[in-house]
Amino acid sequence: MDILETLQTLWTDSGFQSFFVDGGWKNLIMIGIACVLLYLGIVKKFEPLLLVGIAFGCLLVNLSYFGAGSTDALYHPELWDNFLNPEHADYHSYGAIMAHGGLLDILYIGVKAGVYPSLIFMGVGAMTDFGPLISNPKSLLLGAAAQMGVFLAFFGAVCLGFSGEQAASIGIIGGADGPTAIFLTTRLAPELLGPIAIAAYSYMALIPMIQPPLMRLLTTEEERKIKMEQTRTVSKTEKIIFPIIVASFVILLLPSTAPLVGCLMLGNLWRECGVTERLSDTVQNALMNIVTVFLGISVGATTAADRFLSLETIKIIVLGLTAFAFSTVGGLIVGKIMCKLSGGKINPLIGSAGVSAVPMAARVSQMEGQKANPSNFLLMHAMGPNVAGVIGSAIAAGFLLAVFK
Amino acid sequence: MLPEYTYLLRELSIGEAGGTAVFGYAVVFFGLVLLMCVLYGTGAYFRGKDEKAAAEAKKALEETKKQVEANPLHVTVAPPKTAPGSAGHVKLYNVPDKEAAMIMAIVADKMQKPLNELHFISIKEVKK
Repeated sequence: MDILETLQTLWTDSGFQSFFVDGGWKNLIMIGIACVLLYLGIVKKFEPLLLVGIAFGCLLVNLSYFGAGSTDALYHPELWDNFLNPEHADYHSYGAIMAHGGLLDILYIGVKAGVYPSLIFMGVGAMTDFGPLISNPKSLLLGAAAQMGVFLAFFGAVCLGFSGEQAASIGIIGGADGPTAIFLTTRLAPELLGPIAIAAYSYMALIPMIQPPLMRLLTTEEERKIKMEQTRTVSKTEKIIFPIIVASFVILLLPSTAPLVGCLMLGNLWRECGVTERLSDTVQNALMNIVTVFLGISVGATTAADRFLSLETIKIIVLGLTAFAFSTVGGLIVGKIMCKLSGGKINPLIGSAGVSAVPMAARVSQMEGQKANPSNFLLMHAMGPNVAGVIGSAIAAGFLLAVFK
Repeated sequence: MLPEYTYLLRELSIGEAGGTAVFGYAVVFFGLVLLMCVLYGTGAYFRGKDEKAAAEAKKALEETKKQVEANPLHVTVAPPKTAPGSAGHVKLYNVPDKEAAMIMAIVADKMQKPLNELHFISIKEVKK
């Protein structure tokens, strides 16, 4: 055995030497970014359930992938390029992915097929009480208004040179709904999934910092002090019928929303019908946790350095923040209009909860309301627009999918 | 660096993008306004049903009262049922049930104690 030759082979096969050739330094930057994301998830508790997985996926892919031809890589972006290229022999071939892909490629199939976001929506449905929305259907107007950021960011993205499909995927960050953003992006612009998912989840975690200044800027002290009357009690039958009505109505209106709205409402029906407690419990806990593991790590895998480090990523980060801010503004403006029309009975702060981000956005409304008036309890009132935002962002995604698919 | 197949993506003019954005926002409003109307419709139906049931219950109660007045009986009223392990009922003064539940949850959270280890005797709204 030639020791020198063996050592040389070990060095050339190792990831360490890859950092010094063909833009390998970019992987070092991405490893740094992964560590920052891990810090934000673990220490600052920013959406830790997903951010820790995404960050570790980012770390793994940048330790193993150094451009096309990386044999031991866990994730191969070029395989997915072939999968999406109609002129390639492996077009839409999951078999090719299974045969040549790494672990993260195989896990990513669930993202690409839209399975994980839909299952997450099922869990969200099983965990959500739509009672506040059913008792006050006007909340739906706030959920609709808070989609303003989606369409403004879409417009902004086209102005910045993105294609229609890419702009739609960037805009949906403003829906403040991670699974919806991932679902739409994998269908329209999978090449942008990494930055969009990271922007969406980071901004969702930053809602307590993004929304309050806008809430104080757009409302007066007197408006923030408004105490809202308790809404009516919703019967069990109404809660059971609600998911059936919403699923039928929204899917008939926009069939492209079927995977998301269908799963959301199925999860909710399991919760409310009272005869499927085992299923409801599994979907809320075990299934949700398993899917979160796969979703986080496989989304993180899409952050290979040579794709992620680009001017496009910076544009997406800026547009995502714009989308969040304008969605909040949209909800607050309609909240103010409803406050005026109701003769001061509606606190406009609940409008900002129209961005989905359940229940974080509703909590922010509660905290701001209580700062202005310590005896103010807006949480239940804000939950109405909050869950309306989930339906609103699914409809916005369905519309964009119908236009650009 | 974008992959090769992105040449297939659709380029939009600024005018087209503006039109799509306005139309999309309108579609979201349209969908949710229609859903709101459906929810108001079903809500009104169920409220009507509940009111009818409440009126019938009230009528039955009044009839029972009349019967009791006409033919007095010794009636033993059972104490209200409580959940296993419950410390009893909280007296509420001008505080709706939901707000009371929220206050109890907030107190438990601030004290870092499980809710079932705390005993609330009464909650009263203090007016300034």
